[in-house]
Amino acid sequence: MHGSRLRKTLLTAMLLGPATAWLVVFLVLPFIAIAVFSVGERAPEGGYQAAFTFAQYANLPARATAFWNTMVLAPVGALACLLVAYPVAYYLALQAPQRWRLILLALVVIPFWTSLLMRTYAWMYVLGGRGIPALLAYIGFEDVRLINTPGAVLLGIVYGYLPLMILPIYVSLERLDRRLLEASADLGATPISTFLGVTLKLSLPGVMTGFSLVMILLLGEYLIPTLLGGGKVFFIGNALVDLFLQSRNWPFGSAIAITLVLVSVVVLIAANRISTRVSGARRVDLI
Amino acid sequence: MTAVPDIEFRGVTKRYGSVTAVSGIDLAVPPSAFVALLGPSGCGKTTCLRMIGGFEQPSEGHVFIRGQDMAGTPPYRRPVNMVFQQYALFPHLDVEDNVAYGLRQARPRLSSREIASRAGEALEMVRLAGYGRRKIHELSGGQQQRVALARALVNKPAVLLLDEPLAALDKKLRTDMQIELQNLQREIGITFVLVTHDQEEALSMSDFVCVMNGGRIVQLGQPSEIYDEPADLFVADFVGKTNLLSGTVAGHSGDLVEIALADGTVIAARKRTALQQGETVSVSLRPESLSLGAPTSGPFKGIVRNRIFLGSTAEYAIEVQGIGTLLAKADHLIGQGNLFKPGEPVAIGFATGTPLAFPETKNNGTNQRVDKHVEIIS
Repeated sequence: MHGSRLRKTLLTAMLLGPATAWLVVFLVLPFIAIAVFSVGERAPEGGYQAAFTFAQYANLPARATAFWNTMVLAPVGALACLLVAYPVAYYLALQAPQRWRLILLALVVIPFWTSLLMRTYAWMYVLGGRGIPALLAYIGFEDVRLINTPGAVLLGIVYGYLPLMILPIYVSLERLDRRLLEASADLGATPISTFLGVTLKLSLPGVMTGFSLVMILLLGEYLIPTLLGGGKVFFIGNALVDLFLQSRNWPFGSAIAITLVLVSVVVLIAANRISTRVSGARRVDLI
Repeated sequence: MTAVPDIEFRGVTKRYGSVTAVSGIDLAVPPSAFVALLGPSGCGKTTCLRMIGGFEQPSEGHVFIRGQDMAGTPPYRRPVNMVFQQYALFPHLDVEDNVAYGLRQARPRLSSREIASRAGEALEMVRLAGYGRRKIHELSGGQQQRVALARALVNKPAVLLLDEPLAALDKKLRTDMQIELQNLQREIGITFVLVTHDQEEALSMSDFVCVMNGGRIVQLGQPSEIYDEPADLFVADFVGKTNLLSGTVAGHSGDLVEIALADGTVIAARKRTALQQGETVSVSLRPESLSLGAPTSGPFKGIVRNRIFLGSTAEYAIEVQGIGTLLAKADHLIGQGNLFKPGEPVAIGFATGTPLAFPETKNNGTNQRVDKHVEIIS
């Protein structure tokens, strides 16, 4: 009796040990370091110098534009992603013939096998002067400008993050009990009412997971806006790269990073609240 | 002139690729009947129900609801409602919103006061008043079943469809619900079409039983007819318990045939179809048609192997030399001590009814005779 309990404890430790150790070393400790940095001061020649001050946080408005731009980019980008992803996920889960489903899903994921950086560079050429604009000029539409526009940034974001949005929505739609759709039709609901009243509401956990996942990643995104937007608009991501690598103001960078994490947590909690309330699912906590 | 049937199938066939699920069904269900579609899994009964609901379209033939051809009518425009297997209640809505779901779809819109009062009435009808704000997952299986009933009936359908509604309930609850469903049907007076693979359920609840096998209707009749006068070997075997004994036709005497059993015993039996001299047949002997007595009387003699005491009756498995094991049922009279013990020798005779003989064919659903139009006379 006693021995078996000991074995169970040991097994639990063995199963959870590696992941816990990894998270402590590479997530918890750096996070604590960043938190400590954020209340410190910049050393004269750059880096960190011990102190206890909230001066860095007070200085946040200096980067208000970057915050503002990020706060626009992240939800708008996530929303654009959602609008493109939902019909795809719906088709895959509810319409596609069973034998095609896996193949189509694989096609959604395959672009992930190449680095996002390379794929974004490819878009630079497609949208650049010798890409689509050249083709358009050939058929008579001169001077169409695609690269370095907000549209190009949005396109890059949707392209890059689409699978992250499709997969959770697909899973929630795939799990949807088809008989609920039949029950709804049986009770007199037209296909549109059934979609709005049953399908959409019950897939909301997937929608919210995808939305918050993409939005949180977009909060730290700077690559796509830099490459496809011409780097004219600054985001928090750009600010962090600048503060940590160029101007070496670690404490200020840390304060921005901590603020970003807090915003992410708020987004997650809000998304979780909305989806559990509407879909009536028993609480599934993301954090 | 009979009234317009609530449900009518005319030459309905349903194929899935190369598989024929339902084959040339003709059926008319009169108003206010409780009809059970009974058969083993894969017999096409659920497909028939789904064609009434509009979830499947017939490959051939037509389904009529109250005289209206339903071809091309989607489920949401049909005057029927279904109680789904496992109920299919909406998990994101509470009990009242589940029940009100159909009312909210009505066009022109109903006032919210009317929706609330009708949903309340429906919940009262299934004895769930006061449960309106409960979540679905907080309810027991029996309560969920009632919500599903209320949700379907609140729309005042012409016909209520029930797809194995009691399969998920335990035995005690199932018996209670059988009675409740019967009462409900009489009270509301609309047609109930029940799909079940449970013969006991079909016999106990419905006015008419439609036995299906291999995509066809094998027999249609009142429960007692189905039980007492099975149309063929399949029905005799599927509905109720029976002993099937092999034998050959030894002779004819009037309407009866004489069957020589494997051990040489000759018994008289009724027949459904003409039987040839020497033809191999199966004879169906219901356990309750056998009587047990002192080892000196009766055509069969055997030894009790098992006794299943059921309270008011007891079932015996009796080994008969040359024939095999026979199942017999005997009433138990309290305090009479009339039970036989395992190992005891007994004689088996015929108590009631005459055995039925059927030609011994492998039953694959192709030897069914009821292909013509069948109408229930109510």
